[in-house]
Amino acid sequence: MSRLLLIAFDATEAENGAAFGQKLGLPWDVLCLSGDCSADLGAEKTFKSDRTCDDPADGLASGLLALVRGYSHIAAISSMRSKDVLARLAGLLNAAMVTDAIAIESPSLFKRPIIAGAVIATVEVLAEPVVITFRPAGFGSANRAGSSASESISLSFESTAKVVATTARGGSRPDLTQAKIIISGGRPLRDAETFERVLGSFADQVGGAVGATRAAVDSGIAANELQVGQTGKIVAPDLYIAAGVSGSTQHMAGIKDSKIIVAINKDPDAPIFEFADLGLVADLFEAVPAMQEKLK
Amino acid sequence: MKILVPIKRVVDPYAKVKALADGTGLDTAGLKFEINPFDEIAVEEAVRQKEKNPAIEITVVTIGGAECEEQLRKALAMGADKALLIETADVMDSPSVATELAAVAGELAPDVILMGKQATDDDCNQVGQMLAAKLNWPQATFASKLDLTNSSALVKRETDSGEETLELSLPAVVTTDLRLNEPRYIALPGIIKARSKPLERRAMLTQPKLLTRVTRYEAPPTRAAGRKVGSVDELVSVLRERGAF
Ligand SMILES: Cc1cc2nc3c(=O)[nH]c(=O)nc-3n(C[C@H](O)[C@H](O)[C@H](O)COP(=O)(O)OP(=O)(O)OC[C@H]3O[C@@H](n4cnc5c(N)ncnc54)[C@H](O)[C@@H]3O)c2cc1C
Ligand SMILES: Nc1ncnc2c1ncn2[C@@H]1O[C@H](COP(=O)(O)O)[C@@H](O)[C@H]1O
Repeated sequence: MSRLLLIAFDATEAENGAAFGQKLGLPWDVLCLSGDCSADLGAEKTFKSDRTCDDPADGLASGLLALVRGYSHIAAISSMRSKDVLARLAGLLNAAMVTDAIAIESPSLFKRPIIAGAVIATVEVLAEPVVITFRPAGFGSANRAGSSASESISLSFESTAKVVATTARGGSRPDLTQAKIIISGGRPLRDAETFERVLGSFADQVGGAVGATRAAVDSGIAANELQVGQTGKIVAPDLYIAAGVSGSTQHMAGIKDSKIIVAINKDPDAPIFEFADLGLVADLFEAVPAMQEKLK
Repeated sequence: MKILVPIKRVVDPYAKVKALADGTGLDTAGLKFEINPFDEIAVEEAVRQKEKNPAIEITVVTIGGAECEEQLRKALAMGADKALLIETADVMDSPSVATELAAVAGELAPDVILMGKQATDDDCNQVGQMLAAKLNWPQATFASKLDLTNSSALVKRETDSGEETLELSLPAVVTTDLRLNEPRYIALPGIIKARSKPLERRAMLTQPKLLTRVTRYEAPPTRAAGRKVGSVDELVSVLRERGAF
């Protein structure tokens, strides 16, 4: 039977993932692993788990196994956590998997970027079930309609791995994947203090998030969860301001869905100017404070 | 203690790769091929663990064509002890790679499988987790620090919101992230010197059954060309006009 289960790690993911559920064109249910998701997302059934989902992937995947049997499609928004858990689930199911779907051609045909977004591949699924992670930016927002039946379920997560420590930095700024404005910086920001003083204060002034290149993260200028790109976060804000970012393929792979990309770079030949909607050739240490002044 | 490192030969991650005009494949003519950067990090990590504990034996394995010998030789030059080339001309997907690697693991009985989190050509990020599931071993993906004892692994891993440390009992699968280490540079003479290390070639142990296949490769949609602005004042007013602030 063709049916989709959307796995949402929290209620926001259920909202942001609902458009995928609607576009796939199959009857679908949603499992919300923490929090309460709304009943008007277009799903037939809403499963509410009695457990939160901080468990290691092996426990989560085996806990989900009983519930996902009977579904032809199992999907979640792309994140490090969903890739950790869903690929393991696909392994347990001996299932096909499509990572980072950006478009649905049919329930067995999906488009996804490969080689850091340099090429788009159309992937045909040859056998069901299929496990999918998808980037929500490709699917727009969901039509709110209907009222799904809610069911509480009990999942048992038994993990052989033990969580010894967690550092969730978070803070007061919006999440990178949700932010409307992102101020992002690269290697020239020098150190964590400079990054925070120059870009952090700008982000706070405009209510945005901060992002960084791999070079900035590798040199300790920014925290790892702020890395944007092929192997970091994929973002889609209304405004992405990249200051002191060269524009490598790997970085650009993470920001292509931004509505407006602004580049501030002192090298007029920096590759980022090929992609930016608006480019300013300037020293970021002068341009950024000047922008802040203008916006006061 | 045995560490198995699966590596993949990929097109140079810094090259500009395009789809063939007819959409049937990738145009890699004239491009270099390398060890997938995340797998190179895995090889480096295995070698560093061996430097701390000489009782470790490192086997690198790849599934692919005869040309993959080049990447295996480089891994041997970095410090791996043995290489295994599972030669096939078959098209593989992640489940078939994971199935074959599980069979290899069944035979070699490693304590740790250390491998890349993703291949930079297909960007799948699947095989490590699928392999761990098939073996029913614990997994730690996106590792940024690894401490091994004879019976356990302490892995610091990157998460969406920061970091977490997992303790796994061995055997286990660990996949590498960018910040685990910086691989050593190996010059050509080093690769030639490593030629005396054993490299075994053999056929697949399992029969691949494809669950997905790529039917078309195409260029991504292009963004409309942008323009340069002359000053901060102009930048801010254009952004205001467009409703960005
Ligand atoms: C497997 C792999 C995965 C990767 N994944 C990612 C990823 O996910 N994300 C990512 O970002 N990168 C990734 N990279 C790295 C990527 O290739 C680049 O090395 C990196 O993005 C460069 O970062 P950068 O722009 O900060 O640094 P640089 O390339 O050093 O660029 C700095 C730029 O700042 C400009 N500049 C210097 N001073 C100033 C100033 N005062 N004012 C204004 N401009 C100034 C310079 O002109 C230059 O253009 C990956 C690489 C590999 C191999
Ligand atoms: N053909 C292959 N041979 C050996 N290992 C592979 C192969 N393909 C993928 N891998 C391993 O699986 C990891 C993840 O790959 P992927 O899931 O394709 O992104 C890689 O970093 C390699 O360690």
